[in-house]
Amino acid sequence: MVAAVNVSRFEGVTMAPPDPILGVSEAFKADTDEKKLNLGVGAYRTEELQPYVLDVVKKAENLMLERGENKEYLPIEGLAAFNKVTAELLFGADNSVLKEQRVATVQGLSGTGSLRLAAALIERYFPGAKVLISSPTWGNHKNIFNDARVPWSEYRYYDPKTVGLDFEGMIADIKAAPGGSFILLHGCAHNPTGIDPTPEQWEKIADVIQEKNHIPFFDVAYQGFASGSLDNDASSVRLFATRGMELLVAQSYSKNLGLYAERIGAMNVVCSSSDLAARVKSQLKRLARPMYSNPPVHGARIVANVVGNPALFDEWKAEMEMMAGRIKNVRQKLFDSLSAKDKSGKDWSFILRQIGMFSFTGLNKAQSDNMTNKWHVYMTKDGRISLAGLSLAKCEYLADAIIDSYHNVS
Amino acid sequence: MESKNSEKAKESDGDSAFEQVARAADIPIYAVMAAFREDPSPMKLNLGFGVYRTEEGKPLLLNAVRQAEQLLVNDLSADKEYLPITGLPEFNKLSAKLIFGADSPAIKENRVSTVQCLSGSGSLRIGADFLAKHYYQHTVYLSQPTYGNHPNFFAAAGLAMKTYHYYDPKTNGLDFQGMLQDLGAAASGAIVLLQASGHNPTGIDPTAQQWEQIRQLMRLKRLLPFFDCAYQGFVMNMDADALPVRMFVADGGECLVAQSYSKTMGLYGERVGALSVVCKTTDVASRVESQLKLLIRPMYSNPPIHGASIVTAILKDREMYSRWVTELKQLTDRIATLRQQLHLALLDRGTPGDWSHITRQVGMFSLTGLNAEQVAFLIKEYHIYMSPDGRINMAGLSSKAVPYLADAIHAAVTLV
Repeated sequence: MVAAVNVSRFEGVTMAPPDPILGVSEAFKADTDEKKLNLGVGAYRTEELQPYVLDVVKKAENLMLERGENKEYLPIEGLAAFNKVTAELLFGADNSVLKEQRVATVQGLSGTGSLRLAAALIERYFPGAKVLISSPTWGNHKNIFNDARVPWSEYRYYDPKTVGLDFEGMIADIKAAPGGSFILLHGCAHNPTGIDPTPEQWEKIADVIQEKNHIPFFDVAYQGFASGSLDNDASSVRLFATRGMELLVAQSYSKNLGLYAERIGAMNVVCSSSDLAARVKSQLKRLARPMYSNPPVHGARIVANVVGNPALFDEWKAEMEMMAGRIKNVRQKLFDSLSAKDKSGKDWSFILRQIGMFSFTGLNKAQSDNMTNKWHVYMTKDGRISLAGLSLAKCEYLADAIIDSYHNVS
Repeated sequence: MESKNSEKAKESDGDSAFEQVARAADIPIYAVMAAFREDPSPMKLNLGFGVYRTEEGKPLLLNAVRQAEQLLVNDLSADKEYLPITGLPEFNKLSAKLIFGADSPAIKENRVSTVQCLSGSGSLRIGADFLAKHYYQHTVYLSQPTYGNHPNFFAAAGLAMKTYHYYDPKTNGLDFQGMLQDLGAAASGAIVLLQASGHNPTGIDPTAQQWEQIRQLMRLKRLLPFFDCAYQGFVMNMDADALPVRMFVADGGECLVAQSYSKTMGLYGERVGALSVVCKTTDVASRVESQLKLLIRPMYSNPPIHGASIVTAILKDREMYSRWVTELKQLTDRIATLRQQLHLALLDRGTPGDWSHITRQVGMFSLTGLNAEQVAFLIKEYHIYMSPDGRINMAGLSSKAVPYLADAIHAAVTLV
């Protein structure tokens, strides 16, 4: 019998490092200390620190099961009912961009998959065009553009001195970019900093983008989680759309509908005509096909059922407010604990100004490591903590850990 | 404020950023299916897409799947937290067991990396990307013909493609000598895409003896096998359909395997599958897995949970597994019956040509041998829709429609 040769063809393959964000949960699981706290991944937890499946999601799934729906392939662009409601949720059902059919909406594999589709579109139809990403930004953004072979550079965003927005730097860097660049903006609840531009600042950002003929590219992963209101959180996107600008918008339902593992999101491209939108949609389909042929149906149906059903939609809005509310309470309690325990007089109020699931603590890598190694608090090395993984009960412990790391480690 | 915005709207009335984006051409099979949908004829038959249909022409939700879904919905401890990048661990273990066999040496020796992917498509794409990045040979050989979407995965990964002879139009069977010749002439180390069973579009599978010859030749030439397994259990039975894969694993060599549960569990839209890389050692397998994660994370972060949970529930429970296997047998029996009925009907009509390939071919499809004009004739005159290459989906046929299809084929062959 002819046997195969002895050396592996893959002998030269090196061990890749763990993912900086998802790897945190793996490390957390392996930790046996009972005080351990997972503030790594942006996944909502109840006060009892349990994962949360929304009631409306359970209701939708029961409805779907009762109907005995089949599992036929979706079209490449995804579930039509989903595409319709997702665009309406984002732009508002009465928005002229929808009435004029100027939006190409394609179901994507949550935020990541939708961003990847857009990156593939940019690579193919805007050769050489750059994407500008905020400094800092979600850790996976650069990986997506790297793998899609889209060049990127950073615009100033976080100012460590003020623990706020470096607005002058941001505007200057966007202005300095070659015309026709794609500017990646977080629609609300910036990840990782929690710092969002004000409405006035959004206007100025739109001004300079128009001036330079750039294309705004929104990542909307937290609609509803920033203020608790789905409409308010979409205001930045709607501001740009109202100006008649063309734009790209990636959406995710991982957090706001708790559908993390179902991988449900969408890529929306607002074009200046309906004909262009049709053409762009056809190309997005062409880019999706060699990735996975057609997207998964389950999450799409859940969203379509929840958002498309007035009663369930209202219930969802209430659950959304509840989740955002819990995070606001935890934020307040953390701030209170830090202020009470820290005798140095350091101003921790930036925590209250930050928006959304995360807080950018200002801790550096060594200090973040101390959080983990000494206090068994798991977070990402950039100093980001997920308040969604924090309970009121643990705020004091966390405050102790932060104070120790900040003052005793350099 | 309003006038400011409408001014700005006017300013941006210039050229669109997307002006250079052309409308993409329709994918041929999709265009055919769209035409079917729009066809008002009550006689129309859809034999295009590779999806199973009941005798009544309806999609089928397997009872085992329905049962699994009920269990999942009732499970109060279930959540929707992100899966690991590599997917649901239990799903991966069970999928590997299914294709390689529970007593596979590769599994026992812990040298297989199995990662959940988006059905066969996603598994092929991630495998292709992995080879493009980490394997020294960048040419992949595809059978002539092969599943329509195969070239797209490899093209997207940046791999070059060549073909090997497979289908012999003279016999409507396997061009085995041609296949061996082409593989023998391939550059050392080249990647070869093989379909384990239920070859799409031809329905022609090598025999066990032929597989052994293929294996020997490929190992001699150091060719890297990449198996596409979309029909395990849909052709003969679970073990027989996995035999080619197991033969290659048994010799201690390496290979890639893409699995799909789309057809075999009717989970099409859930996108459930797995990519396995069988390596020489545990250490290599774990390094390979770490690199697969780096490819998956920037594409979609982690795979969808629902379909994988269904598969897991069925594979891990003896009773549900038996129920599934029994249901599968009913589906494959129906297809076998339809093959016989169609063959008989063509014999009865004295349709010119040898139609024995209809019963010789296995799995979901039959490559009829009809040419492009004949296929167009069938669509136009009989409202019977199939792939432009003459492939028909046997699972889309009903006993009632067999006489009509036979009439149509007879007309096409004698008039066109």
